[in-house]
Amino acid sequence: MINFDNVTKVYPNQNRPALQHCNVAVEKGEFVFLVGPSGSGKSTFLRLVLKEERPSQGHVYVAGKDLNKLNNWKVPHLRRRIGCVFQDFRLLPNKNVFENVAFALEVIGKPRRFITKVVPEVIDLVGLEGKQHRMPDELSGGEQQRVAIARAFVNRPMILLADEPTGNIDPATSIGIMKVLDRINRTGTTVVMATHDAAIVDAFRKRVVELEDGRVVRDQSRGVYGQAY
Amino acid sequence: MRMHFVLQEIWIGLRRNLTMTISLVVTVAIAMALFGTGMLIRKQVDGSKSYWYDKVEVSIFLCVAKSTANPDCKKKDASQAEKDLLQSKLKSLANVKSVVYENQQEAFTRFQGNFAKTPGFVNATKVGDIPDSFRVGLKDAKKFGDVISVAENMRGVDQVVNERELLDKLFKILNGLQWAALFLAMIQVFAAILLIGNTVRLSAFNRRRETGIMRLVGASNMYIQLPFILEGAIAGLVGGLIAAVLLVGSKILLIGQLEASLQLTTKLSWTQVGGVIIFSIAVGVLLCAGASFLTLRRYLKI
Repeated sequence: MINFDNVTKVYPNQNRPALQHCNVAVEKGEFVFLVGPSGSGKSTFLRLVLKEERPSQGHVYVAGKDLNKLNNWKVPHLRRRIGCVFQDFRLLPNKNVFENVAFALEVIGKPRRFITKVVPEVIDLVGLEGKQHRMPDELSGGEQQRVAIARAFVNRPMILLADEPTGNIDPATSIGIMKVLDRINRTGTTVVMATHDAAIVDAFRKRVVELEDGRVVRDQSRGVYGQAY
Repeated sequence: MRMHFVLQEIWIGLRRNLTMTISLVVTVAIAMALFGTGMLIRKQVDGSKSYWYDKVEVSIFLCVAKSTANPDCKKKDASQAEKDLLQSKLKSLANVKSVVYENQQEAFTRFQGNFAKTPGFVNATKVGDIPDSFRVGLKDAKKFGDVISVAENMRGVDQVVNERELLDKLFKILNGLQWAALFLAMIQVFAAILLIGNTVRLSAFNRRRETGIMRLVGASNMYIQLPFILEGAIAGLVGGLIAAVLLVGSKILLIGQLEASLQLTTKLSWTQVGGVIIFSIAVGVLLCAGASFLTLRRYLKI
Protein backbone atom coordinates (compact mmCIF):
# COMPACT_ATOMS: atom_id res chain seq x y z
CA MET A 1 0.00 0.00 0.00
CA ILE A 2 2.83 2.37 0.97
CA ASN A 3 6.34 1.56 -0.16
CA PHE A 4 9.46 3.65 0.51
CA ASP A 5 12.29 2.59 -1.75
CA ASN A 6 15.61 3.99 -0.54
CA VAL A 7 14.08 7.41 0.12
CA THR A 8 16.24 10.36 1.14
CA LYS A 9 14.78 13.78 1.76
CA VAL A 10 16.91 16.87 2.24
CA TYR A 11 15.07 20.14 2.77
CA PRO A 12 16.49 23.18 0.99
CA ASN A 13 19.06 25.13 3.03
CA GLN A 14 19.62 22.28 5.44
CA ASN A 15 22.65 20.05 5.63
CA ARG A 16 21.17 17.21 7.61
CA PRO A 17 18.72 15.04 5.68
CA ALA A 18 15.27 14.62 7.24
CA LEU A 19 15.16 11.04 5.94
CA GLN A 20 18.10 8.92 4.80
CA HIS A 21 17.94 5.78 2.69
CA CYS A 22 14.65 4.83 4.15
CA ASN A 23 13.07 1.50 3.16
CA VAL A 24 9.63 0.77 4.58
CA ALA A 25 6.77 -1.27 3.16
CA VAL A 26 3.30 -1.03 4.65
CA GLU A 27 0.76 -3.61 3.53
CA LYS A 28 -2.91 -3.03 2.97
CA GLY A 29 -4.90 -3.11 6.19
CA GLU A 30 -1.89 -2.75 8.49
CA PHE A 31 -1.71 -0.54 11.56
CA VAL A 32 1.74 1.02 11.91
CA PHE A 33 3.14 3.20 14.67
CA LEU A 34 5.85 5.56 13.52
CA VAL A 35 7.92 6.46 16.57
CA GLY A 36 11.02 8.45 17.32
CA PRO A 37 12.06 11.73 18.91
CA SER A 38 11.16 15.14 17.49
CA GLY A 39 13.03 15.83 14.28
CA SER A 40 13.56 12.16 13.52
CA GLY A 41 11.63 12.41 10.26
CA LYS A 42 8.14 11.15 11.19
CA SER A 43 6.30 14.14 9.76
CA THR A 44 8.47 14.13 6.66
CA PHE A 45 7.49 10.51 6.14
CA LEU A 46 3.80 11.41 6.24
CA ARG A 47 4.29 14.46 3.99
CA LEU A 48 6.01 12.31 1.40
CA VAL A 49 3.05 9.91 1.32
CA LEU A 50 0.75 12.89 0.63
CA LYS A 51 3.11 14.23 -2.01
CA GLU A 52 3.35 17.48 -0.09
CA GLU A 53 7.08 16.99 -0.54
CA ARG A 54 9.08 15.18 -3.19
CA PRO A 55 11.88 12.83 -2.20
CA SER A 56 15.40 14.07 -2.96
CA GLN A 57 16.33 10.52 -3.85
CA GLY A 58 14.49 7.23 -4.14
CA HIS A 59 10.85 6.47 -4.83
CA VAL A 60 7.65 6.55 -2.84
CA TYR A 61 4.91 4.22 -4.03
CA VAL A 62 1.34 4.60 -2.86
CA ALA A 63 -1.18 2.00 -4.02
CA GLY A 64 1.38 0.80 -6.54
CA LYS A 65 1.92 4.21 -8.11
CA ASP A 66 5.28 5.95 -8.15
CA LEU A 67 4.58 9.43 -6.77
CA ASN A 68 7.58 10.88 -8.64
CA LYS A 69 5.74 10.11 -11.85
CA LEU A 70 2.37 11.39 -10.68
CA ASN A 71 1.27 14.55 -12.49
CA ASN A 72 0.61 17.54 -10.30
CA TRP A 73 -3.00 17.77 -11.40
CA LYS A 74 -3.55 14.19 -10.26
CA VAL A 75 -2.31 14.91 -6.72
CA PRO A 76 -5.81 15.89 -5.49
CA HIS A 77 -7.09 12.48 -6.58
CA LEU A 78 -4.31 10.81 -4.59
CA ARG A 79 -5.23 12.85 -1.52
CA ARG A 80 -8.89 11.89 -1.83
CA ARG A 81 -7.83 8.35 -1.08
CA ILE A 82 -5.75 9.35 1.97
CA GLY A 83 -7.26 10.71 5.17
CA CYS A 84 -5.28 12.95 7.51
CA VAL A 85 -5.48 13.70 11.22
CA PHE A 86 -3.26 16.16 13.10
CA GLN A 87 -2.30 17.02 16.63
CA ASP A 88 -4.07 20.40 16.36
CA PHE A 89 -7.36 18.99 14.92
CA ARG A 90 -7.60 21.72 12.23
CA LEU A 91 -11.37 22.13 12.45
CA LEU A 92 -13.13 25.16 11.01
CA PRO A 93 -14.27 27.18 14.05
CA ASN A 94 -17.26 28.74 12.29
CA LYS A 95 -18.78 25.44 11.21
CA ASN A 96 -20.55 22.89 13.41
CA VAL A 97 -19.64 19.21 13.63
CA PHE A 98 -21.82 18.18 10.72
CA GLU A 99 -20.58 21.03 8.51
CA ASN A 100 -16.95 20.35 9.35
CA VAL A 101 -17.27 16.75 8.25
CA ALA A 102 -19.45 17.63 5.27
CA PHE A 103 -16.87 20.22 4.14
CA ALA A 104 -14.48 17.44 3.08
CA LEU A 105 -17.14 16.06 0.74
CA GLU A 106 -18.46 19.40 -0.47
CA VAL A 107 -15.07 20.53 -1.72
CA ILE A 108 -14.62 17.43 -3.81
CA GLY A 109 -18.01 18.02 -5.39
CA LYS A 110 -20.12 15.25 -3.82
CA PRO A 111 -23.87 15.70 -4.18
CA ARG A 112 -25.90 16.98 -1.24
CA ARG A 113 -27.96 13.78 -1.02
CA PHE A 114 -24.85 11.65 -0.59
CA ILE A 115 -23.50 14.01 2.08
CA THR A 116 -26.65 13.99 4.20
CA LYS A 117 -26.62 10.19 4.13
CA VAL A 118 -22.94 9.51 4.80
CA VAL A 119 -21.93 12.23 7.28
CA PRO A 120 -24.24 11.17 10.15
CA GLU A 121 -23.05 7.56 9.76
CA VAL A 122 -19.43 8.60 10.20
CA ILE A 123 -20.26 10.89 13.11
CA ASP A 124 -21.89 7.89 14.81
CA LEU A 125 -18.88 5.71 13.97
CA VAL A 126 -16.48 8.02 15.83
CA GLY A 127 -18.85 8.14 18.81
CA LEU A 128 -20.31 11.61 18.51
CA GLU A 129 -23.97 10.68 18.04
CA GLY A 130 -26.26 13.54 18.97
CA LYS A 131 -23.51 16.17 18.76
CA GLN A 132 -23.88 17.00 15.07
CA HIS A 133 -24.87 20.60 15.69
CA ARG A 134 -22.26 21.49 18.30
CA MET A 135 -19.62 24.04 17.42
CA PRO A 136 -15.97 23.02 17.85
CA ASP A 137 -15.45 25.33 20.84
CA GLU A 138 -18.29 23.53 22.64
CA LEU A 139 -16.46 20.22 22.42
CA SER A 140 -13.65 18.72 24.51
CA GLY A 141 -10.25 18.08 22.90
CA GLY A 142 -11.00 14.40 22.51
CA GLU A 143 -14.33 15.15 20.87
CA GLN A 144 -12.71 17.64 18.51
CA GLN A 145 -10.20 15.00 17.47
CA ARG A 146 -13.08 12.62 16.82
CA VAL A 147 -14.59 15.19 14.48
CA ALA A 148 -11.24 15.48 12.70
CA ILE A 149 -11.09 11.69 12.36
CA ALA A 150 -14.64 11.63 11.03
CA ARG A 151 -13.65 14.24 8.43
CA ALA A 152 -10.58 12.24 7.44
CA PHE A 153 -12.56 9.02 7.13
CA VAL A 154 -15.82 10.26 5.61
CA ASN A 155 -14.66 9.68 2.04
CA ARG A 156 -13.61 6.09 2.92
CA PRO A 157 -9.88 6.52 2.21
CA MET A 158 -7.64 3.50 1.74
CA ILE A 159 -5.00 5.06 4.00
CA LEU A 160 -5.38 7.10 7.19
CA LEU A 161 -2.34 9.13 8.27
CA ALA A 162 -2.32 10.43 11.84
CA ASP A 163 0.37 12.85 12.98
CA GLU A 164 0.45 12.67 16.80
CA PRO A 165 -3.35 12.52 17.08
CA THR A 166 -3.17 12.15 20.87
CA GLY A 167 -0.54 14.85 21.36
CA ASN A 168 -3.02 17.38 22.75
CA ILE A 169 -5.19 14.95 24.65
CA ASP A 170 -5.01 13.47 28.14
CA PRO A 171 -4.14 9.76 28.43
CA ALA A 172 -7.62 8.57 29.39
CA THR A 173 -9.22 10.29 26.40
CA SER A 174 -6.43 9.08 24.15
CA ILE A 175 -7.53 5.50 24.67
CA GLY A 176 -10.93 6.43 23.24
CA ILE A 177 -9.30 8.04 20.21
CA MET A 178 -7.16 4.94 19.68
CA LYS A 179 -10.28 2.76 19.80
CA VAL A 180 -11.77 4.85 17.02
CA LEU A 181 -8.61 4.50 14.93
CA ASP A 182 -8.61 0.76 15.62
CA ARG A 183 -12.23 0.51 14.51
CA ILE A 184 -11.33 2.31 11.30
CA ASN A 185 -8.37 -0.02 10.79
CA ARG A 186 -10.72 -3.01 11.13
CA THR A 187 -12.75 -1.78 8.16
CA GLY A 188 -9.66 -2.50 6.03
CA THR A 189 -8.14 0.96 6.07
CA THR A 190 -4.38 1.13 6.41
CA VAL A 191 -3.43 3.37 9.35
CA VAL A 192 -0.04 5.00 9.84
CA MET A 193 0.25 6.89 13.12
CA ALA A 194 3.23 8.99 14.12
CA THR A 195 3.39 9.32 17.88
CA HIS A 196 5.40 10.11 20.99
CA ASP A 197 3.00 8.37 23.26
CA ALA A 198 4.83 5.37 24.72
CA ALA A 199 1.89 4.17 26.79
CA ILE A 200 -0.33 3.87 23.77
CA VAL A 201 2.23 2.09 21.63
CA ASP A 202 2.94 -0.36 24.42
CA ALA A 203 -0.73 -0.99 25.06
CA PHE A 204 -1.73 -1.65 21.46
CA ARG A 205 1.07 -3.97 20.40
CA LYS A 206 0.99 -3.14 16.71
CA ARG A 207 3.82 -2.89 14.20
CA VAL A 208 6.37 -0.23 15.22
CA VAL A 209 8.76 1.57 12.87
CA GLU A 210 11.30 3.62 14.77
CA LEU A 211 13.12 6.52 13.14
CA GLU A 212 16.22 8.22 14.45
CA ASP A 213 17.95 11.06 12.62
CA GLY A 214 16.07 10.14 9.51
CA ARG A 215 17.03 6.47 9.52
CA VAL A 216 14.87 3.44 10.22
CA VAL A 217 16.49 1.91 13.30
CA ARG A 218 13.81 -0.61 14.16
CA ASP A 219 10.90 -2.25 12.35
CA GLN A 220 9.07 -4.68 14.58
CA SER A 221 5.68 -6.30 14.35
CA ARG A 222 3.79 -6.21 17.67
CA GLY A 223 6.46 -3.91 19.10
CA VAL A 224 6.71 -1.55 22.03
CA TYR A 225 7.75 2.08 22.10
CA GLY A 226 11.32 1.40 23.22
CA GLN A 227 13.69 1.65 26.09
CA ALA A 228 15.16 5.12 26.13
CA TYR A 229 12.01 7.20 26.18
CA MET B 1 -19.14 21.42 -9.16
CA ARG B 2 -21.48 22.66 -6.49
CA MET B 3 -22.29 26.25 -7.28
CA HIS B 4 -23.98 26.88 -3.97
CA PHE B 5 -20.82 26.05 -2.08
CA VAL B 6 -18.63 28.24 -4.30
CA LEU B 7 -21.03 31.18 -4.00
CA GLN B 8 -21.07 30.80 -0.23
CA GLU B 9 -17.26 30.87 -0.12
CA ILE B 10 -17.19 33.99 -2.31
CA TRP B 11 -19.69 35.74 -0.08
CA ILE B 12 -17.63 34.93 3.03
CA GLY B 13 -14.47 36.13 1.30
CA LEU B 14 -15.98 39.42 0.14
CA ARG B 15 -17.51 40.12 3.53
CA ARG B 16 -14.33 39.46 5.47
CA ASN B 17 -12.42 41.75 3.16
CA LEU B 18 -15.05 44.42 2.88
CA THR B 19 -12.81 47.51 3.05
CA MET B 20 -10.31 46.11 0.58
CA THR B 21 -13.14 45.10 -1.71
CA ILE B 22 -14.64 48.59 -1.60
CA SER B 23 -11.33 50.26 -2.44
CA LEU B 24 -10.84 47.79 -5.25
CA VAL B 25 -14.30 48.48 -6.64
CA VAL B 26 -13.73 52.24 -6.52
CA THR B 27 -10.34 52.00 -8.21
CA VAL B 28 -11.64 49.75 -10.94
CA ALA B 29 -14.64 52.02 -11.45
CA ILE B 30 -12.46 55.10 -11.93
CA ALA B 31 -9.98 53.27 -14.13
CA MET B 32 -12.70 51.91 -16.38
CA ALA B 33 -14.56 55.23 -16.49
CA LEU B 34 -11.41 57.02 -17.66
CA PHE B 35 -10.64 54.26 -20.09
CA GLY B 36 -14.16 54.43 -21.49
CA THR B 37 -14.06 58.23 -21.70
CA GLY B 38 -10.86 57.99 -23.72
CA MET B 39 -12.57 55.60 -26.07
CA LEU B 40 -15.66 57.82 -26.34
CA ILE B 41 -13.50 60.79 -27.32
CA ARG B 42 -11.72 58.62 -29.87
CA LYS B 43 -15.02 57.59 -31.40
CA GLN B 44 -16.22 61.18 -31.41
CA VAL B 45 -13.04 62.35 -33.15
CA ASP B 46 -13.20 59.56 -35.72
CA GLY B 47 -16.87 60.27 -36.42
CA SER B 48 -16.30 64.00 -36.73
CA LYS B 49 -13.25 63.53 -38.91
CA SER B 50 -14.99 61.49 -41.54
CA TYR B 51 -17.98 63.82 -41.44
CA TRP B 52 -16.04 67.05 -41.67
CA TYR B 53 -13.24 66.05 -43.98
CA ASP B 54 -15.83 65.35 -46.68
CA LYS B 55 -17.21 68.83 -46.30
CA VAL B 56 -13.95 70.67 -45.95
CA GLU B 57 -13.53 73.59 -48.34
CA VAL B 58 -10.77 75.95 -49.15
CA SER B 59 -11.99 79.50 -48.77
CA ILE B 60 -10.40 82.17 -50.94
CA PHE B 61 -11.16 85.61 -49.57
CA LEU B 62 -11.03 88.42 -52.06
CA CYS B 63 -9.59 91.86 -51.61
CA VAL B 64 -11.92 94.48 -50.12
CA ALA B 65 -10.75 98.07 -50.13
CA LYS B 66 -12.07 98.82 -46.65
CA SER B 67 -10.84 95.92 -44.60
CA THR B 68 -7.89 94.12 -46.12
CA ALA B 69 -4.45 94.46 -44.63
CA ASN B 70 -2.72 92.54 -47.40
CA PRO B 71 -0.43 94.95 -49.36
CA ASP B 72 -0.91 92.92 -52.56
CA CYS B 73 -4.49 94.16 -52.66
CA LYS B 74 -3.31 97.78 -52.95
CA LYS B 75 -6.40 98.98 -51.06
CA LYS B 76 -8.70 98.11 -53.94
CA ASP B 77 -11.64 95.75 -54.30
CA ALA B 78 -10.96 92.75 -56.46
CA SER B 79 -12.17 93.56 -59.93
CA GLN B 80 -14.75 91.48 -61.84
CA ALA B 81 -12.09 90.46 -64.37
CA GLU B 82 -9.85 89.19 -61.59
CA LYS B 83 -12.75 87.23 -60.12
CA ASP B 84 -13.62 85.66 -63.47
CA LEU B 85 -10.05 84.70 -64.13
CA LEU B 86 -9.65 83.17 -60.67
CA GLN B 87 -12.87 81.22 -61.04
CA SER B 88 -11.97 79.75 -64.42
CA LYS B 89 -8.47 78.86 -63.24
CA LEU B 90 -9.87 77.10 -60.18
CA LYS B 91 -12.42 75.20 -62.23
CA SER B 92 -9.72 73.91 -64.52
CA LEU B 93 -7.91 72.14 -61.64
CA ALA B 94 -8.38 68.38 -61.57
CA ASN B 95 -9.05 68.03 -57.84
CA VAL B 96 -11.71 70.73 -57.69
CA LYS B 97 -15.26 69.51 -57.22
CA SER B 98 -17.12 72.81 -57.01
CA VAL B 99 -16.45 76.51 -56.95
CA VAL B 100 -19.07 78.70 -55.32
CA TYR B 101 -18.96 82.48 -55.19
CA GLU B 102 -20.30 84.08 -52.06
CA ASN B 103 -20.90 87.82 -52.36
CA GLN B 104 -20.54 90.28 -49.51
CA GLN B 105 -24.27 90.36 -48.72
CA GLU B 106 -24.41 86.55 -48.44
CA ALA B 107 -21.26 86.49 -46.35
CA PHE B 108 -22.75 89.05 -43.97
CA THR B 109 -26.01 87.11 -43.64
CA ARG B 110 -24.10 83.93 -42.80
CA PHE B 111 -21.99 85.84 -40.30
CA GLN B 112 -25.14 87.18 -38.62
CA GLY B 113 -26.50 83.66 -38.40
CA ASN B 114 -23.30 82.19 -36.89
CA PHE B 115 -22.99 84.88 -34.25
CA ALA B 116 -26.68 85.39 -33.55
CA LYS B 117 -26.01 84.82 -29.85
CA THR B 118 -23.69 87.82 -29.58
CA PRO B 119 -25.75 90.70 -30.96
CA GLY B 120 -23.17 93.32 -29.96
CA PHE B 121 -20.64 91.77 -32.24
CA VAL B 122 -23.13 91.52 -35.10
CA ASN B 123 -24.36 95.10 -34.69
CA ALA B 124 -20.82 96.46 -34.96
CA THR B 125 -20.40 94.79 -38.31
CA LYS B 126 -21.76 96.09 -41.58
CA VAL B 127 -22.19 94.64 -45.02
CA GLY B 128 -18.82 95.00 -46.73
CA ASP B 129 -16.78 94.23 -43.63
CA ILE B 130 -16.97 90.58 -44.45
CA PRO B 131 -15.17 89.97 -47.74
CA ASP B 132 -16.70 88.09 -50.60
CA SER B 133 -15.06 84.75 -51.31
CA PHE B 134 -14.83 81.66 -53.43
CA ARG B 135 -15.55 78.43 -51.64
CA VAL B 136 -13.75 75.57 -53.32
CA GLY B 137 -14.93 72.03 -52.68
CA LEU B 138 -12.27 69.36 -53.19
CA LYS B 139 -12.61 65.86 -54.56
CA ASP B 140 -9.80 64.67 -52.33
CA ALA B 141 -9.59 66.78 -49.20
CA LYS B 142 -5.98 65.80 -48.59
CA LYS B 143 -4.72 67.27 -51.86
CA PHE B 144 -5.34 70.93 -51.25
CA GLY B 145 -1.84 72.09 -52.17
CA ASP B 146 -2.38 73.03 -55.82
CA VAL B 147 -5.59 74.95 -55.08
CA ILE B 148 -3.79 77.01 -52.49
CA SER B 149 -0.72 77.68 -54.62
CA VAL B 150 -2.83 78.72 -57.59
CA ALA B 151 -5.08 80.99 -55.54
CA GLU B 152 -2.27 82.62 -53.61
CA ASN B 153 -0.56 83.80 -56.81
CA MET B 154 -3.65 85.41 -58.31
CA ARG B 155 -4.39 89.12 -58.22
CA GLY B 156 -7.31 90.25 -56.11
CA VAL B 157 -6.87 87.45 -53.56
CA ASP B 158 -6.54 88.58 -49.98
CA GLN B 159 -6.26 85.38 -48.03
CA VAL B 160 -6.55 81.64 -48.56
CA VAL B 161 -7.92 79.66 -45.64
CA ASN B 162 -7.83 75.92 -45.62
CA GLU B 163 -10.56 74.72 -43.23
CA ARG B 164 -8.81 71.41 -42.84
CA GLU B 165 -6.00 73.07 -40.96
CA LEU B 166 -8.47 74.61 -38.54
CA LEU B 167 -10.13 71.24 -38.01
CA ASP B 168 -6.79 69.55 -37.50
CA LYS B 169 -6.07 71.93 -34.64
CA LEU B 170 -9.37 71.02 -33.01
CA PHE B 171 -8.77 67.33 -33.45
CA LYS B 172 -5.32 67.69 -31.97
CA ILE B 173 -6.85 69.09 -28.80
CA LEU B 174 -9.38 66.27 -28.67
CA ASN B 175 -6.64 63.73 -29.28
CA GLY B 176 -4.67 65.20 -26.41
CA LEU B 177 -7.74 64.87 -24.19
CA GLN B 178 -8.13 61.28 -25.23
CA TRP B 179 -4.53 60.39 -24.44
CA ALA B 180 -4.72 62.18 -21.11
CA ALA B 181 -7.76 60.09 -20.19
CA LEU B 182 -6.08 56.88 -21.31
CA PHE B 183 -2.88 57.76 -19.46
CA LEU B 184 -4.76 58.35 -16.21
CA ALA B 185 -6.65 55.13 -16.83
CA MET B 186 -3.35 53.27 -17.14
CA ILE B 187 -2.18 54.61 -13.78
CA GLN B 188 -5.46 53.55 -12.21
CA VAL B 189 -5.22 50.13 -13.81
CA PHE B 190 -1.75 49.76 -12.33
CA ALA B 191 -3.10 50.71 -8.89
CA ALA B 192 -6.01 48.32 -9.38
CA ILE B 193 -3.66 45.43 -10.14
CA LEU B 194 -1.65 46.09 -6.99
CA LEU B 195 -4.85 46.33 -4.96
CA ILE B 196 -6.10 43.05 -6.36
CA GLY B 197 -2.80 41.51 -5.39
CA ASN B 198 -3.21 42.72 -1.82
CA THR B 199 -6.87 41.76 -1.63
CA VAL B 200 -6.19 38.25 -2.82
CA ARG B 201 -3.27 37.94 -0.45
CA LEU B 202 -5.43 38.99 2.49
CA SER B 203 -8.21 36.75 1.32
CA ALA B 204 -5.87 33.78 0.99
CA PHE B 205 -4.52 34.51 4.46
CA ASN B 206 -8.00 34.80 5.98
CA ARG B 207 -9.05 31.54 4.45
CA ARG B 208 -5.83 29.60 4.99
CA ARG B 209 -7.56 27.08 7.28
CA GLU B 210 -10.20 26.31 4.69
CA THR B 211 -7.80 26.11 1.78
CA GLY B 212 -5.40 23.98 3.85
CA ILE B 213 -8.15 21.47 4.56
CA MET B 214 -9.36 21.59 0.98
CA ARG B 215 -5.88 20.70 -0.18
CA LEU B 216 -5.62 17.83 2.29
CA VAL B 217 -8.93 16.24 1.40
CA GLY B 218 -8.11 16.45 -2.29
CA ALA B 219 -10.17 19.34 -3.63
CA SER B 220 -9.13 20.13 -7.18
CA ASN B 221 -7.09 23.26 -7.81
CA MET B 222 -9.99 24.82 -9.64
CA TYR B 223 -12.25 24.29 -6.64
CA ILE B 224 -9.72 25.97 -4.37
CA GLN B 225 -8.94 28.86 -6.70
CA LEU B 226 -12.34 29.56 -8.19
CA PRO B 227 -13.78 31.42 -5.18
CA PHE B 228 -10.77 33.77 -5.17
CA ILE B 229 -10.89 34.40 -8.90
CA LEU B 230 -14.64 34.95 -8.85
CA GLU B 231 -14.21 37.29 -5.89
CA GLY B 232 -11.91 39.40 -8.07
CA ALA B 233 -14.24 39.11 -11.04
CA ILE B 234 -17.24 40.23 -8.98
CA ALA B 235 -15.33 43.24 -7.65
CA GLY B 236 -14.38 43.99 -11.27
CA LEU B 237 -17.99 43.64 -12.39
CA VAL B 238 -19.32 45.97 -9.70
CA GLY B 239 -16.54 48.45 -10.54
CA GLY B 240 -17.43 48.14 -14.20
CA LEU B 241 -21.10 48.80 -13.50
CA ILE B 242 -20.25 51.95 -11.53
CA ALA B 243 -17.97 52.92 -14.42
CA ALA B 244 -20.94 52.46 -16.76
CA VAL B 245 -22.91 55.01 -14.75
CA LEU B 246 -19.94 57.39 -14.81
CA LEU B 247 -19.60 56.88 -18.57
CA VAL B 248 -23.23 57.75 -19.18
CA GLY B 249 -22.54 60.86 -17.12
CA SER B 250 -19.45 61.71 -19.12
CA LYS B 251 -21.33 61.20 -22.39
CA ILE B 252 -24.02 63.62 -21.25
CA LEU B 253 -21.74 66.17 -19.60
CA LEU B 254 -18.39 66.07 -21.40
CA ILE B 255 -19.19 64.91 -24.92
CA GLY B 256 -22.57 66.60 -24.87
CA GLN B 257 -20.91 69.90 -23.94
CA LEU B 258 -18.29 69.42 -26.63
CA GLU B 259 -20.99 68.78 -29.18
CA ALA B 260 -22.92 71.87 -28.19
CA SER B 261 -20.04 74.30 -27.97
CA LEU B 262 -18.07 73.11 -30.97
CA GLN B 263 -21.10 72.43 -33.15
CA LEU B 264 -19.91 68.95 -33.88
CA THR B 265 -22.80 67.83 -36.03
CA THR B 266 -21.96 64.14 -35.64
CA LYS B 267 -23.55 63.00 -32.43
CA LEU B 268 -22.17 60.01 -30.61
CA SER B 269 -24.99 57.48 -30.65
CA TRP B 270 -26.09 55.63 -27.52
CA THR B 271 -25.32 52.38 -29.31
CA GLN B 272 -21.70 53.44 -29.52
CA VAL B 273 -21.72 54.45 -25.86
CA GLY B 274 -23.27 51.08 -25.03
CA GLY B 275 -20.51 49.32 -26.93
CA VAL B 276 -17.86 51.24 -25.02
CA ILE B 277 -19.58 50.45 -21.70
CA ILE B 278 -19.78 46.73 -22.42
CA PHE B 279 -16.16 46.73 -23.51
CA SER B 280 -14.97 48.52 -20.36
CA ILE B 281 -16.97 46.20 -18.09
CA ALA B 282 -15.46 43.21 -19.85
CA VAL B 283 -11.97 44.68 -19.49
CA GLY B 284 -12.63 45.35 -15.78
CA VAL B 285 -13.80 41.81 -15.10
CA LEU B 286 -11.00 40.16 -17.06
CA LEU B 287 -8.39 42.43 -15.50
CA CYS B 288 -9.50 41.55 -11.96
CA ALA B 289 -9.93 37.85 -12.61
CA GLY B 290 -6.57 37.65 -14.38
CA ALA B 291 -4.73 39.56 -11.67
CA SER B 292 -6.35 37.38 -8.95
CA PHE B 293 -5.26 34.27 -10.80
CA LEU B 294 -1.68 35.46 -11.10
CA THR B 295 -1.45 36.49 -7.42
CA LEU B 296 -2.95 33.20 -6.34
CA ARG B 297 -0.10 31.37 -7.95
CA ARG B 298 2.17 33.13 -5.49
CA TYR B 299 0.18 33.12 -2.30
CA LEU B 300 -1.91 29.98 -2.42
CA LYS B 301 0.07 26.79 -2.19
CA ILE B 302 -1.60 24.10 -4.21
